[in-house]
Amino acid sequence: MNNNSMSVIVRTVTRFMYGLIILFGFYVIMHGHLTPGGGFQGGAVVASAFALLLVAFGSAGLKGQLNLHWLQSIEEFGALAFLGLAFLGIGTAFFYNLFANSGGFLFGASVPTGSNAGVLTAGGLVPLMNWAVGLKVMTGIAAVVIVMLVGSHKEETE
Amino acid sequence: MTALTLHAPILLVALPLLGAFATPLVGKLGKGARNTLIGLIVLAVAGLAAMLAIDVFGSGGIPTVYELGGGTFTFPLSGGQVPVRILFEVDGMSAFMGLITALIALTGAFFSFSYWKERSGGNLYFSLFLMLIAGVFGMVLTGDMFNFFVFLEITSIAAASMVGFRVWLKQSQEAGFKVMAMYTLSGLFVLLAIGLLYGQYGHLNIAVLARSIQGSLTDMVALGLLLTGLAMKAGAVPMHMWAPDAYGESPAPMSAVLVVNSQASLYGLFRILFTLFGASISTGTVGWILIVLALLTIFVGVTMALIQSDLKRLVAFGAVSQIGYMLLGVGVGMAVIATRPEYGLVAMQGGIFHMINDAACVGLLFFASGVVIRAAGTRDLNQMGGLGHRMKWTSIFFAIGAVALAGVPPFNGFASKFLIYEAAFKLNPFLAVLAVLSSIMLLAVFVKAFQAAFLGPRSNTSAHVSDPSLGMMLPMAALVLVVIVFGLFPGFFVDHIVTPAAKALWLGRDAYINAVLGG
Repeated sequence: MNNNSMSVIVRTVTRFMYGLIILFGFYVIMHGHLTPGGGFQGGAVVASAFALLLVAFGSAGLKGQLNLHWLQSIEEFGALAFLGLAFLGIGTAFFYNLFANSGGFLFGASVPTGSNAGVLTAGGLVPLMNWAVGLKVMTGIAAVVIVMLVGSHKEETE
Repeated sequence: MTALTLHAPILLVALPLLGAFATPLVGKLGKGARNTLIGLIVLAVAGLAAMLAIDVFGSGGIPTVYELGGGTFTFPLSGGQVPVRILFEVDGMSAFMGLITALIALTGAFFSFSYWKERSGGNLYFSLFLMLIAGVFGMVLTGDMFNFFVFLEITSIAAASMVGFRVWLKQSQEAGFKVMAMYTLSGLFVLLAIGLLYGQYGHLNIAVLARSIQGSLTDMVALGLLLTGLAMKAGAVPMHMWAPDAYGESPAPMSAVLVVNSQASLYGLFRILFTLFGASISTGTVGWILIVLALLTIFVGVTMALIQSDLKRLVAFGAVSQIGYMLLGVGVGMAVIATRPEYGLVAMQGGIFHMINDAACVGLLFFASGVVIRAAGTRDLNQMGGLGHRMKWTSIFFAIGAVALAGVPPFNGFASKFLIYEAAFKLNPFLAVLAVLSSIMLLAVFVKAFQAAFLGPRSNTSAHVSDPSLGMMLPMAALVLVVIVFGLFPGFFVDHIVTPAAKALWLGRDAYINAVLGG
């Protein structure tokens, strides 16, 4: 048995699926200010792809490719980015949406009144904060899954 | 008002939170860089808390309102407008709690730098430390019920991880699990109550809820849930079973922060009773419920402390009993709030003054017991002895903390307890008798502990111990200074910091509402 990976069917399906799952997760984060979902939900979807990889190939099969050290660093960075974005508006108030309706490059478009399909480039700081949260959640949950997987394997061998 | 004072309420939460997330990253650069960052953050937090307190105490009872993501509205609102965004509202009581939190954050962080020097996991430790501080600041400064719940949960998670920090110890794991379960339960109670209030009134802002509250049956259910949940998190008997484990098993500096966390829950309870519900409840009945809880907490805490032979658990039960004194003072104030006799405000002053005194004394005792346990290599009082020969300063500090907590003059515990005795006696002499009796028993507890740990002949274990490094001595000395100064000049502190806080709770309900909604 090669390091508790699953059957060839699961592994093959996983190879097809994990990219799509990650893409869908990114979509949910990207459209967080327009559609249901957002940073947390999208991040959880991406993390589920990591979990799928870990289950299908086993922790040893992915050795080095999902590095706990890096995941934790990115998680901290996501949290700091969120707080940093909140600090940007401190000239007016904490969490002040500096970029909204600014017309600028970063989600500064203004939204027309009346029913419309939603403007992807509107929202100011909200989409950026969604990305920060998404980054934190995807890496955070992935790190938790890895730690639990490693912990449970240790117990089996003991 | 400078820009810094204006933004102080949110900075008090945001800076420790920033530190909590930055600590693991900066920690990769080395311990020096990490400790510099944390030191700067706690110093900044202490400065901001002091600035905020000076500003709020000097405002003549008008709370400061801070709107997150603001810029649209000016407060107070007018013409039937209601706030939509999350508000931070700081009145005298919030500013007072901010001072307590800042005191323990400052001394706790600097004590930890030395205490945790030789141990691993420092990045995680300090990250959780700052997160707990951020959560406590959020709880005491927020003016929004749901926001309060969010910060309550932040403290719960950080505290539970902190209690179970030493995962290699079985009792630490057990305590961590117990704390997690109890905190989650109390959080759920609070959340359900907030849901009931939101369902009825469609608002989460405390000021808006306070203005529209009816005192209906649903409100009473919410009150019961909030009272139970927050008293549970404050460690009031009979929901105290987690507290001795939590205070006893967490690392020594964290025990002090956990006590402040319990006080923040107590603050939440007071805020809800006095500001949110106010006159819409039967204040006499609720006041007496608080008094009964208080007497139980005082009595059970002290009697349980009497039989402990584990130094940390002994101090922990002492800390539990002190929560009772705060409840007693404020409970007496609540019971007579409808008639507003003179001694009602005295009771409130006593209960609230005791919060900061308790934080200083219990903080000092936990720091000292951490030092003692590390030096002796055991937590069992029966195996200690003679430590006072080589650890002169630590034994003096411990003795000062102990007698102050037991309410011996001229230390600060006496000042606040005397106010409580005086007011409780006027309501019902039996209350004061029980409170004084318990204080005497607490003195007996600490005499026993002091004798067992520090006195006696030199032994093998005590021959090679010594006072800790300056990094641990100075934070303890700072708390001793607070204990002594507050004890020698209680009048000054009661007038300048305690009375504004007591008045904000006891008389300031309208001011709290009007600061948001206008008159």
